[in-house]
Amino acid sequence: MSEKTAPTHAEKKDGSERWTQALRDITGGSAMISLFAVVLALVVGGILIAFTNDRVQETAGYFFSRPGDLLGAIWGAVAGAYSALFQGSVYNFRATGFLTAIRPLTETLTFATPLIAAGLGVGLAFRVGMFNIGGRGQMLIAAAAAGWVAFAVDLPAGIHLIVAILAGLLGGAIWGGIVGLLKARTGAHEVIVTIMLNFVALYLIQFLLRTPGALQAPGSNNPKTPAMAATAIFPDLFGPRYNLHAGFLTVIAATIFVWWLLSRSNLGFQFRAVGQNPSAARVAGINVKNIYMYAMAISGALVGLAGVNQVLGTLTTGFSSGIDAGIGFDAITVALLGRSRPWGIFAAGILFGAFKAGGFAMQAAEGVPIDIVLVVQALIVLFIAAPPLVRAIFRLPTPGTTKKPRTRVTATPNIEAVAK
Amino acid sequence: MSTIAQSPAPLEASAPIVKPMPQIRSWKIPITFGGFALGALFLFVALGRGQQGELSTFRLSQARDAIQLPNVALPTFATGIFVAIVLVLLAVLSAWLVYRRTKISIIFSIVFALLFLIGFLAWAASGSTIPVPGLLIGTVTLSAPLIFGALGGVLSERAGVVNVAIESQLLAGAFSSAVVASVTGNPYLGLIAAMVAGALVSMVLAAFALKYLVDQVIVGVVLNVLVVGLTSFLYSQVLAPSANLNSPDVFPRLDIPLLSEIPIIGPVLFRQTIIVYVMYFAIAIVFFSLFRTKWGLRVRAVGEHPQAADTVGINVNRTRFVAVTLGGVVSGFGGAYFTLGAVGAFNKEMTNGMGYIALAAVIFGQWHPIKATLAALLFGFATNLQNVLGIIGSPVPSEFMLMLPYVVTIFAVAGFVGRSRAPAADGRPYIK
Repeated sequence: MSEKTAPTHAEKKDGSERWTQALRDITGGSAMISLFAVVLALVVGGILIAFTNDRVQETAGYFFSRPGDLLGAIWGAVAGAYSALFQGSVYNFRATGFLTAIRPLTETLTFATPLIAAGLGVGLAFRVGMFNIGGRGQMLIAAAAAGWVAFAVDLPAGIHLIVAILAGLLGGAIWGGIVGLLKARTGAHEVIVTIMLNFVALYLIQFLLRTPGALQAPGSNNPKTPAMAATAIFPDLFGPRYNLHAGFLTVIAATIFVWWLLSRSNLGFQFRAVGQNPSAARVAGINVKNIYMYAMAISGALVGLAGVNQVLGTLTTGFSSGIDAGIGFDAITVALLGRSRPWGIFAAGILFGAFKAGGFAMQAAEGVPIDIVLVVQALIVLFIAAPPLVRAIFRLPTPGTTKKPRTRVTATPNIEAVAK
Repeated sequence: MSTIAQSPAPLEASAPIVKPMPQIRSWKIPITFGGFALGALFLFVALGRGQQGELSTFRLSQARDAIQLPNVALPTFATGIFVAIVLVLLAVLSAWLVYRRTKISIIFSIVFALLFLIGFLAWAASGSTIPVPGLLIGTVTLSAPLIFGALGGVLSERAGVVNVAIESQLLAGAFSSAVVASVTGNPYLGLIAAMVAGALVSMVLAAFALKYLVDQVIVGVVLNVLVVGLTSFLYSQVLAPSANLNSPDVFPRLDIPLLSEIPIIGPVLFRQTIIVYVMYFAIAIVFFSLFRTKWGLRVRAVGEHPQAADTVGINVNRTRFVAVTLGGVVSGFGGAYFTLGAVGAFNKEMTNGMGYIALAAVIFGQWHPIKATLAALLFGFATNLQNVLGIIGSPVPSEFMLMLPYVVTIFAVAGFVGRSRAPAADGRPYIK
């Protein structure tokens, strides 16, 4: 009996039950769904903005006497917010001259840089079947390591930057590698260990930040590091007018590396095999335990790159324990939206970077709290993950892609039928 | 017999014949014990405090208790040496037991942990006084949201739906309880609102996980982001401008007559808010309904082997939906602790990762309501220990005290719990 049920389980496992597989199959290349998901999320966000707008609430009071006022107020609130969002993230029409008007786009890329790096790390872990919620800790450790090299070590320009980056990557790799090591050697669940290590890293950094001689700036009482040495800072890509720094190039390189690793390398094949079905991978002769360790170490290093970018590129005047800025958690959504594919994560990171850059502009210009951006981001991921829902809302025709799950569904009872 | 059946795999054909009952010696527990024992030797003896004969005083009663217990004063250094030696002996004993292939019972581990704790407290409190009731009262109070969250997680995961969304259920509960309690002026309505909000969040989780077959971890993470965004947005736009929307009455501590006069236990368990009293019932109800009722058997069946459950006529998805929703009710109720039990007003992201710790408690507690409760209590205790030692002046930098619970959890998960087994169908949608 048990022998009969086992293969059904195995079949289910590498079928629809694996989420990456399921996502790829169900949504497979349907850009329409993604587009409509973004539209739907923006509509919901617009409704929230309209409902909470003072002018809208005011005009709603005399809706029946002058309905036009309410509609105008709603339009004003929503259009104002979203145009501020767009102008803050892509192109500022009010600015004089192209070079100033395009500045928001470079801001978007600056915000996207750490998101992409951390997203790649989380996505890589997903592909190996692991959930890395430890982005915060890995970023903090990497930031501390890179930052310490950047302000405390004296090296010639160029080499200094490279050593600082490597130190950061190593820090992230160690912090992630601990998780892989514990999972491989003792079976400790990576979700628990990453969450716990987040807190351990946070308190460790807080301790180092207030200990003179460690990370604290000399002669200061604040829990903050000194500024990074000029030799260890990412150079600006387009001159001092823009915040975009060469860290963006490292992230492009990281994306290419992850693409190569996952789809062209031997190790990446083993990663994917373990992610699809660890038992089958073990039978095929793959050392699953080592794969867990390598994957978490590389994942940690990639997330660490986000921390490196924060301290050597975005905030070079010294950092405190809030340097991770929630990117470790944002990265999970980025990885999900990018479906754990390197270039998907790259695109998702830029989209979320745009929301972040635009969100600040929107908050400043229209007084709409930036938190609405979180709502829109979450809804986008949620809708993209559930194409049937989007199709139902927009009455889209069901494309042939939905036939796939149906055939798979009949495949499972077939085995039962044979058993009967 | 079996060799014939397995003839297609000639390489492994010899394995079933020999079958030497492979009983693997796991050295994890002795190694972990040894590590802690060495740590104790280092801390209590080598770095021993109180070598000038200081005393570590444990205060066992509060001033208002009817029955006053005398304070217990231990000589710090002597206690440290004694505890360290006993710990080393216990570690050696555990190694001997493993060598003899005798199972090390959980009682052994608990005794070891308690001894280490007593030694540590004595060491930390050198020359000062530790208020034991205060330490434990705070533990129960701080654990309340974790326990509710963990119970909600257990309910949902036992039915086979991974619940990463505990954080959002807590946050939604906190938000809606604050608003409803402020508007109606009745905190009890706030509790109901918290349950409704938690249920709504988990219904979204269930709908996307069960109907649209979206991966449950994705839905959970996304819901966490969504609820953080939603509550923070509404807080800045609606609650912050008008203060009367966010000023609920906080539940007072209620003394239960007689019971609250039992030494130590009384103040700890029976001088709490109504939220904690409900918690006791919630633990019992979740345990009883999961393991002693027909419904609970069905929930567990659906979580372990949905196909088998379906075969005997259980509606898999409906059972899961109900279990997940009830989990949301429990978690949401826990969210009310933040606003109605502690702070008295809603704040942005006020759950502050507690939901994730509750998730860790679920896994740490091996998906069992009682064990998950104990795991949650451990987190609460560690947090409160840091608070208490912060007041009496701890010899360790406070950051390391704050770190301690998380490090202990890592050790515990790696050493004792090991590969904790999730319900077999956890995270997998059932497609008929």
